[in-house]
Amino acid sequence: MFASSAPHGVSATQSEIAPMIALDEVSFGYTKDRKILSGVSLTVPKGKLVAVMGGSGCGKTTILRLICGQHTASAGTVKVSGQSIDSMSRDQLYAHRRRLGMLFQFGALFTDMTVFENIAFPMREHTDLPESIIRDLVLMKLNAVGLRGTAELKPSELSGGMARRVALARTIALDPELVLYDEPFAGLDPISLSVVGQLIRKLNDALGMTSILVTHDIMESLKIVDYIYFISEGKVVAHGDVATIKSSNDPFVKQFVNGEPDGPVRFHYPAKPLVEEFSGAAA
Amino acid sequence: MNGFVTGVANWFIGIGEATRGGITRLGFATRFLLAVIRASGSTFLRPRLLIKELYHAGVLSLIIVLMSGLFIGMVLALQGYETLVRFGATEAMGVLVALSLVRELGPVVAGLLFASRAGSAITAEIGLMKTTEQLAAMEVMAVDPVARVVAPRFWAGVISLPLLAALFSTLGIYGGYLVGVKLIGIDGGAFWGQMQAAVDWRYDVLNGVIKSIVFAVAVSLIAVFEGYDATPTAEGVSAATTRTVVTSALVILALDFVLTVFMFRGSI
Repeated sequence: MFASSAPHGVSATQSEIAPMIALDEVSFGYTKDRKILSGVSLTVPKGKLVAVMGGSGCGKTTILRLICGQHTASAGTVKVSGQSIDSMSRDQLYAHRRRLGMLFQFGALFTDMTVFENIAFPMREHTDLPESIIRDLVLMKLNAVGLRGTAELKPSELSGGMARRVALARTIALDPELVLYDEPFAGLDPISLSVVGQLIRKLNDALGMTSILVTHDIMESLKIVDYIYFISEGKVVAHGDVATIKSSNDPFVKQFVNGEPDGPVRFHYPAKPLVEEFSGAAA
Repeated sequence: MNGFVTGVANWFIGIGEATRGGITRLGFATRFLLAVIRASGSTFLRPRLLIKELYHAGVLSLIIVLMSGLFIGMVLALQGYETLVRFGATEAMGVLVALSLVRELGPVVAGLLFASRAGSAITAEIGLMKTTEQLAAMEVMAVDPVARVVAPRFWAGVISLPLLAALFSTLGIYGGYLVGVKLIGIDGGAFWGQMQAAVDWRYDVLNGVIKSIVFAVAVSLIAVFEGYDATPTAEGVSAATTRTVVTSALVILALDFVLTVFMFRGSI
């Protein structure tokens, strides 16, 4: 079972796999008044590809930031390979980060470097590999995302989708054990979207990685992931494997999968009723 | 009456909050400076990073600093001649130009120009790196952004500004020579001779160098701190860049007064 209180049936073999990531009753807020996450529990077994889905601003990216130690949970524990992130020293945290890769929502490529230098950056920072080996590795990573020909370009010369693929190549530069993807499909054309989706799955399986995918793209996710968590208003509202999600009658899951405007998820941010708003403005 | 009392109370509360905010920020900046110094080892172990930043902060500031120095020296000579000629002391023009530049104008104006050109650029660059999550990406890659991004820029500023101030003074003196000797016709021997006799290496030149080093540390710290602490939005980076120029100018002028009091108090 992936989650500690999973309502859906999950095969016994999955429950026997050691969890790579375990969030237990985690709460977090950027300010005291506004909580982003409240009591989130989820587990990600080693070697699995898990999606975290939900509307904008529901706290998906915050979960990734907690896992890589950029933020500290205000309550609960975040464990990676059994070790609590909160109790790590700075050196331990940096050692943990060397084992993970994170694809940022907008790529976060270094704009003063070329594509080649961007991908070589983690290799040059963390290894003593000779330049000839680094060159070969960088070109192999770029080839994997179909952009070997862009090695000498600057990030400003790439389209949004190409920049995302270069960022993906940089994320996997050191073959990390754990990869966190923040909206990897946003802004991609249908071909790139499908290729990147398949690439994420293949990388996960071929390199024995564990991956967490934060995305809105339900259709692409259902094709590639092992398990899905749905987050709404800072809480896990549903979770299950692909077959369970597809056949689910849960109103939230149905609304999200079918993209329905009415349901448990509000489209409008809380505000005064329209009549009151406009009559007030007229007065 | 109640409204007046509330207004006065709010005014005092505002002053208190602003003071507390200022002191808190000063504390952050001090801790940040310590963090930069702690992370500086890698800057000097990887000179390529430092050389790149020296080029951006120092070499690219050369044109504005050299041209300003030349023109300020020329204006000093013209204005000085107007005054000196009334007392029949035009031969002292070399002394006037040199002391003005070496003691005051060199470090101060070079500092102000450096803050406007290089300081603002450093703030904008670091602020934009923060806005576009490049600093966060570095952190997640287990690379300390203070060591990789901030420290090389800080030390590039600390090294560049004293050299730029020296070049500013040199070009200023040459500008004074062009106007005084070549244009007005003052005796060249008197211009250089009086200057050589009156300008003291330790008392004038060294104190000027110390001033420029102090300004360099202040401006570089303000530039990197404002960039690192910028609100990660377009207007946040814009506000941080403006703060760098304004704060640097005020700090340079205030420090100049304090340093002048200590350095040249014997002549007061």
